[in-house]
Amino acid sequence: MKSSVIIFPGSNCDRDMSVALKKFGFKNKMVWHNDNELPKSDLIVLPGGFSYGDYLRCGSIAGKSKIINSVIKFAQSGGLVLGICNGFQILTETGLLPGVLQQNKYLKFICKNVFVKINNNENKYFKDIKKNILELHIAHNEGNFFCSDAELKSIEDNNQIGVTYCDKNGSSNKESNPNGTIKNIAGILNKEKNILGMMPHPERMIDKYLSGEDGSFFFESLIGNLK
Amino acid sequence: MKIKIIVTLKNGVLDPQGKAIQQTLNGMGFPEVNGVRQGKYFDLEIKENDEKKAKVKAEEMCKKLLANLVIEDYKII
Repeated sequence: MKSSVIIFPGSNCDRDMSVALKKFGFKNKMVWHNDNELPKSDLIVLPGGFSYGDYLRCGSIAGKSKIINSVIKFAQSGGLVLGICNGFQILTETGLLPGVLQQNKYLKFICKNVFVKINNNENKYFKDIKKNILELHIAHNEGNFFCSDAELKSIEDNNQIGVTYCDKNGSSNKESNPNGTIKNIAGILNKEKNILGMMPHPERMIDKYLSGEDGSFFFESLIGNLK
Repeated sequence: MKIKIIVTLKNGVLDPQGKAIQQTLNGMGFPEVNGVRQGKYFDLEIKENDEKKAKVKAEEMCKKLLANLVIEDYKII
């Protein structure tokens, strides 16, 4: 399986993502934001970081970069596109995913481990995932998902809520909502379920000696479902 | 010519920075401040002498980049 990670000026999770993808069997290529063409890929990843210094709005400038036109075409033809953290923000700015990531409710940059629950297994990302509640890391200032009531209804009707924040037992409530996001949303899918954006970083949880291993379940599920 | 653009959060969209500013102003001895909404201001220098044409261009820029219409409104002045 072939993957490509896009690097924008200010991306800082691109190499971690590459290490994680390779560990679970992907042949990964790094792609510079100023390129026009994508290499042949089964998966495109928009990594975390602070693309273009978060100028204007997080992800807004990256959302207009040269490579993005190819990413949009790839996504619209059914290709898998995964955006983590800043990558999620970029996906909403391009319109590939609905809504927007606003500043955290209590105005703080949040950097900690959280528990998340997989809400929808009917997609290439989470089908056959061996664990449904994962401990993952978040590190963001703008992770507060927001959309209009009409959009939220459409998201729920189409079963697009992929991942929600919860406690270790899996209950999603106000206490387990770290940033004020509506409905505890941590990640959403597009209607067709080939695009996933999420704030938590699975690539930071693939080594039991450094962090934890719950991210491994995600990557194992992903590559297993692509084969 | 110069075009000025103001981008603000839509009504009903939470503005935690505005709220923090309001609380600070209240605490500083301005209890009469009932609400603060923070926004962005852009000053554009556009190579165009026809004001109408320049504003049409500016409108396109707002829709495509300067504002995120999910949560923001824009005003060209």
